[in-house]
Amino acid sequence: MADVRDALMVGKTSDGKLVRRPLSPHLQVYKPQITSALSIFHRVTGVALSVGTLMLVWWLVAAATSDAAYATASGFIGSWFGMLLLFGWTVALWYHFCAGIRHLFWDAGYGFELPTVHLTGKLVLAATVVLSVLTWIVIFAVR
Amino acid sequence: MADTKGPEIAIRRSMLGRARGLGAAKSGTAHWWAMKATSLALIPLTLWMLGSMIGLQGATRAQVAAWAGGPITATLLLATIAALFHHMYLGVQTVIEDYIHNERPRIAWLMVTKGVAWLLGLASAISVLKLAFTG
Repeated sequence: MADVRDALMVGKTSDGKLVRRPLSPHLQVYKPQITSALSIFHRVTGVALSVGTLMLVWWLVAAATSDAAYATASGFIGSWFGMLLLFGWTVALWYHFCAGIRHLFWDAGYGFELPTVHLTGKLVLAATVVLSVLTWIVIFAVR
Repeated sequence: MADTKGPEIAIRRSMLGRARGLGAAKSGTAHWWAMKATSLALIPLTLWMLGSMIGLQGATRAQVAAWAGGPITATLLLATIAALFHHMYLGVQTVIEDYIHNERPRIAWLMVTKGVAWLLGLASAISVLKLAFTG
């Protein structure tokens, strides 16, 4: 039996011939490039930040629960393992933040030329490093 | 058919089929717009949140409660929570739709993810409200 979704896979060439639309190349046969690597980083950091919100929720709920619950939460967050998670979280946050702004420019119709795409990609990486380092300098400075 | 080189096409899309929802003009832009709106909102909110958290290092529960309970802070916290969990669900939804091809597990994952996003968001919002109203 034919699947109705097949209808979406069918297109017409300019001379009117019906053709099956091509699928995008699979990862395994696609040469890694800065564009594809940064795209997947955006996704990976997004998922990682989603998991990271658990720590934020825990902290807020604990603050609203009791002194003991808050002591447990802030004790974990302040431990070496909690700080390690926070470090990863800040790097993922700054990457997703900068790459997200790059996406907003694309959505507004700017920055599609290949040299620009490569330049903004490198800028996002550089900004991630600089902002992450700055964040931790500030964290230790106000401690 | 005379042309034997073309693909086998069991169902052909008619203009009526396009108009009835197989075309592009459905509801796809709602997701896109929600992603843009939450992204824009999260730019200042994230910066404010990060700055506040850095300032609250080593704070006691009472200090956190006093900070979170102020009307402006509580408003901004609730706005951050709403934008963050909406944005988060939209992103994870895209990932699930891209990588889970079988319909049953895909729908199951989408429902679980949406439920978890709502529960986490509600728990955060209730906590902020409790701090705002009772300290």
